[in-house]
Amino acid sequence: MGMTITEKILCRHTEHIEIQPGMLINAKVDIALGNDITAPIAVSEFRGAGGTTIFDKEKVVFVLDHFTPNKDISSARQCKLLREFARQQDMKYFYEGGECGVEHALLPEQGIVLSGDLIIGADSHTCTYGALGAFATGVGSTDLAAAMLTGECWFRVPETMKFVLNGPMNKWVSGKDLILDIIGQIGVDGARYKAMEFTGDTIKYLTMADRMSIANMAVEAGGKNGIFTPDDITRAFVEKRARRSYTFYESDPDAGYSSVMEIDVTKLEPQVAFPHIPSNVKGISQVGNIKIDQSYIGSCTNGRIEDLRVAALILKNRKAAPDVRLIIVPATPEIYRQAMKEGLFEIFLDANAIISPPTCGACLGGHMGILAEGERCIATTNRNFVGRMGHPGSEVYLSNPAVAAASAVAGRIAGPDEL
Amino acid sequence: MISKGNTWKFGNNIDTDAIIPARYLNTSDPKVLAAHCMEDADPDFMKKMTRGDIIVAGENFGCGSSREHAPIALKAAGISCIIAKSFARIFYRNAFNMGLPIFESNDLWDLISEGQEVEVDTDTGTIIISGGAGEPLTVAPIPPFMQELIRDGGLMKHIAAKKKSV
Repeated sequence: MGMTITEKILCRHTEHIEIQPGMLINAKVDIALGNDITAPIAVSEFRGAGGTTIFDKEKVVFVLDHFTPNKDISSARQCKLLREFARQQDMKYFYEGGECGVEHALLPEQGIVLSGDLIIGADSHTCTYGALGAFATGVGSTDLAAAMLTGECWFRVPETMKFVLNGPMNKWVSGKDLILDIIGQIGVDGARYKAMEFTGDTIKYLTMADRMSIANMAVEAGGKNGIFTPDDITRAFVEKRARRSYTFYESDPDAGYSSVMEIDVTKLEPQVAFPHIPSNVKGISQVGNIKIDQSYIGSCTNGRIEDLRVAALILKNRKAAPDVRLIIVPATPEIYRQAMKEGLFEIFLDANAIISPPTCGACLGGHMGILAEGERCIATTNRNFVGRMGHPGSEVYLSNPAVAAASAVAGRIAGPDEL
Repeated sequence: MISKGNTWKFGNNIDTDAIIPARYLNTSDPKVLAAHCMEDADPDFMKKMTRGDIIVAGENFGCGSSREHAPIALKAAGISCIIAKSFARIFYRNAFNMGLPIFESNDLWDLISEGQEVEVDTDTGTIIISGGAGEPLTVAPIPPFMQELIRDGGLMKHIAAKKKSV
């Protein structure tokens, strides 16, 4: 029997000729990633196991993005520990300060992760890189420590669920809406332990930013990874960024799938996930009158230049409603500069937006946009759990950037066509 | 190993933000993390629980973030064992990697009420409900590789043990 793209990438990183779902394998990793929250534990575990030198100084990446710019003494201390470790190990990829961006936007942009790679990251949204046709999955700090030491990680080969997306998308519908719709249908554990492979003729309409939003939220359905077959759009993105070789894999025609789900996207409207679970999804026309206190446009899901352009399109010559704090977070320094060059900052500032430096910031309730009890935020982020962006009594609604921008203007959750 | 303790029941999809909110992730000190364990699911949890207690949860326990701070907080708080209908993937890995015993049981949640004492034999995977009628429950066996991890005291010690034996 043939193999899926996920099985092939895993297999090529082992000494096996063929692998099947359920097998336990040890595989070589191309990139192992940590951040300012997860890497300190990994460093401590690495040292505790007698580790002195990391397996490859070009394959371990630290991005200090979560609490940047350092929000307090404790977070600064964690970053200091990592900085000293990175310097001591002569790590090639260490990002903080003005070079730092949200890790899952930064790594693809900088060509650090490439098609065909096997990537682990001590961050659950590491699955984002599946957009490039890579196997990428989130792990814990101890897994990261083990990979820093050995260059390997253990995996149970996952079964693959196939999602066949058909048809062109309506106006204002993006990759974010496709994945929210899927999570709404299968639930937050609908793909638990499984690979999610996205195919169908809709894919050709999806930008890399759309694909990254979709792969990013595979974990919100419980998935191990989300993955796309690389095509010309992938090639155009990767070839100008890669500084090492990469491989395009695709599933065999006779590969085995645990399920196949056909989705007609032509009738889909922008989606909003209500508190406090990403599967609590409604179409924008079904939302009703929900007043908001904050609109947050950014994160590893939707902080890319394409997302900011959509937001600017809607915010042009408009202002955020008087009682709404509009926070826009370009995900990387490159995106920040590009947005500035294109004049988007002018539009955002005219709309009374706060333009934040690249950071994970308030997405995880870290800092720079925390909610008080009873406050509501519409966010282009990926999680709306209890207390996710602040007080346990606050609420987060998830949407695409067009809806978040329109909602900022309307003062309530609204689609762009309602303005 | 036998874990015996009072049970605390939680529902489905208890996420890692509920287990340990991100506002406390500017440290990895187990004591500090334990002080806020389960805070957003039950603000009084740490006041009520005692060391050795057991968490019994529904589907998809530990979903969300990859933060190992979640199993660290639970372990440091003194939770001796977690029995859920199912676990989210990264939490499942993290628990074994750091040697926190977890079991999947579809039945237990419905058979006990909160506070009831249970006894878990982590080697054989059997659960006895104190004062409960009927046969002991048998939970899904832990896969052999995970048993090795638990036996060696977690992933890093397992790697060190393997290195020594080569």
